[in-house]
Amino acid sequence: MPTEFPDHSDALAKLVGEPSGPVELSPEAVNSAMIRHWVEAMGDRNPVYLDREAARAAGYRDVIAPQTMLQAWIMKGLRHTLDLEAARAAGTVASNDANSTMMALFDDEGRTSVVATNCDQSYVRPLYLGDRLLVRSSIEAISDPKQTGLGHGRFATSLMEFFAVSNEVAERGVSAEELVSQAELVGTMRFRILKFRPGTGATAVVAKPPRPRPAITEDNAFYFEGLRAGELRIQHCTDCGTLRHPPLPGCGTCTSLNWDYVVSEGKGELYSMVVNHYPQVPAFDYPLPIGLIELDEGTRLVANLEGDPESWAIGQRATAEIRALDDELSLPFFHHDDTQED
Amino acid sequence: MTSHAFAGKVAIAGIGATEFSKKSGRSELRLAVEAVKAALDDAGIHPSEVQGTVTYGTDTNPDVDIARSLGFDDLTFFSRIYFGGGAACGTIQQAALAVNSGVADVVVCYRAFNERSGNRFGAGVQGRAPIANAENAHLASYIPVGLLTPAQWVAMAAARYLYSTGATSEDFGRVAVADRKHAATNPKAWFYQQPITLEEHQASRWIVEPLHLLDCCQETDGGQAIVVTSVERARDLRQDVVIVDAAVQGSAKGQDMMTSYYRDDLCGLPEMGVVARQLWETSGLKPSDIDAAILYDHFTPYVLYQLEELGFCGKGEAKDFVKDGRIELGGELPINTHGGQLGEAYLHGMNGIAEGVRLLRGQSYNQVEGAEKVLVTAGTGVPTSGLILGKDV
Ligand SMILES: [Zn+2]
Repeated sequence: MPTEFPDHSDALAKLVGEPSGPVELSPEAVNSAMIRHWVEAMGDRNPVYLDREAARAAGYRDVIAPQTMLQAWIMKGLRHTLDLEAARAAGTVASNDANSTMMALFDDEGRTSVVATNCDQSYVRPLYLGDRLLVRSSIEAISDPKQTGLGHGRFATSLMEFFAVSNEVAERGVSAEELVSQAELVGTMRFRILKFRPGTGATAVVAKPPRPRPAITEDNAFYFEGLRAGELRIQHCTDCGTLRHPPLPGCGTCTSLNWDYVVSEGKGELYSMVVNHYPQVPAFDYPLPIGLIELDEGTRLVANLEGDPESWAIGQRATAEIRALDDELSLPFFHHDDTQED
Repeated sequence: MTSHAFAGKVAIAGIGATEFSKKSGRSELRLAVEAVKAALDDAGIHPSEVQGTVTYGTDTNPDVDIARSLGFDDLTFFSRIYFGGGAACGTIQQAALAVNSGVADVVVCYRAFNERSGNRFGAGVQGRAPIANAENAHLASYIPVGLLTPAQWVAMAAARYLYSTGATSEDFGRVAVADRKHAATNPKAWFYQQPITLEEHQASRWIVEPLHLLDCCQETDGGQAIVVTSVERARDLRQDVVIVDAAVQGSAKGQDMMTSYYRDDLCGLPEMGVVARQLWETSGLKPSDIDAAILYDHFTPYVLYQLEELGFCGKGEAKDFVKDGRIELGGELPINTHGGQLGEAYLHGMNGIAEGVRLLRGQSYNQVEGAEKVLVTAGTGVPTSGLILGKDV
């Protein structure tokens, strides 16, 4: 028998709606240096974040910050967080805000493990250079105990409301609480966690391993690069025009070693198919239908088929959708061609 | 094409094998050594007389380790053939070329593995490190998609064959039933005394549609060796002489390793067509001269393809040919009288060559009376090989 834990439902119910802690003011105004770091790290090439002309052409009055940076503006950095944790551990900072109280009650119920489950942001208006952000956090909801896959736990939702004032107003020295009353709501974020009793999961949650990697050589790299770029490429002999797949260094029709590629429309006919049942490799879901597709361009390729294996038959039309499985690997998945006429 | 220079001048003088099991409890090298020793004993040749060795590119047992284990003297010929089970009859061709050209007087061909208790081919190739070479790049078209095993590679062709020819899974099943019938009366077979019915075939679970479990060969631990020498030498040895009437290899246009999916159609094995053309032309024989055939049967569909490619029936007609017991003992063309790789053992085709020899010596547990010519094939779906073996006249 598991240990009997107390039930703090009543105490937890009283915390709903309470502020999680004090209103926080962002350390700096929205600025182009942080934006530049962010878009570089994210690989976001949208010019409206750095180029005033492009931003104006897009209908903004000035460059804007990426909207997903919302919470980034009020973060105070790793050193601040570590110092705060150390101070709490040493007892030099009180932790009697509603959020700390809630977490302590969860722990007392035996729910010592935590996992972040989801985070939703909504945006009221874009953030411009010079905006100074404030955040007001509160506990929006605490669920009844639930049996989840991870364990017996409660979900808790925090609501963070983001406000903006001009930098000049923020520098006047009034308290953050007072500033909020004069500020404009620019966005909200809901952050949900699950606090659960470790070892009480219904089933072990095992992450699906990634699909086995293809061996990439100078001969076939263009094909996999193309898929990552959203293109289904077919090797093309630049001397006689013959298309070929799978990739090879030379053309079996004219012996030329010169080639480039064409981009397939991704439409074709199911030439043959199998449904794999055994062995079951963890990276895949079974039964696993796999097709040999004869593309309209004339070459064939082996690819996964979407949907119920029973819905497929040789001779049917199929259309490719290129999908990223992870950062390294994208593959074409074929579904029924709904546009066919027969 | 005229006859190959070695045809009729080279003989199989000895065959030897370990037991066929699911867990040998011994190293693969030990199995190879035992099989080679048994084959030499069968021939009546001392190990010190061996001058050449041939095995598969995929075999893990170095010829020099076997040579040291059995006290071989100097070797003047050592060769390996790639493409998995496609190598089987090719090893005999290599040996025949060496013997007839005077490079080596006695050549031993061998294959040994713990394919059940050790590295199982049917487990798939997903664990293979993606080192950037052409062999791995070939698999790049299949591994990320999940087409990982020999059964899956064959099934892709077989599904199209069913669609195009109107054959059914039951027609594949008739091959399994014949194999298991023969294995049931072969005490050396893993499935000795365990015949199956067509209903049991149909009821067996899917491995990969359209292949049932009973369409797939077993997995075996074991070793098999074959001793090749000149006909003159063989006539002085212990056993009745079995002549190599033809020994050929074949790879065809558009050839791929197990995944030749890009040819005009998927209902043939053109590489077996290359083998067939040479077998008939170099031996001067024709299909009706063949008394029994050992057709490579890792998966049943390709047995139907082979019957067509070898000319035992017309294209698309194998589904009718395999009916009415025609491929069973007492039928028009008994196949796989040892039980095949579905019934006796999966030894990458090497045990099939040994059965061909036994049929011509009159030593098979399922003897085809008066057998004078036996055809043997090697791995299908890959560059392959074939033999016609004949009784000494
Ligand atoms: Zn060309």
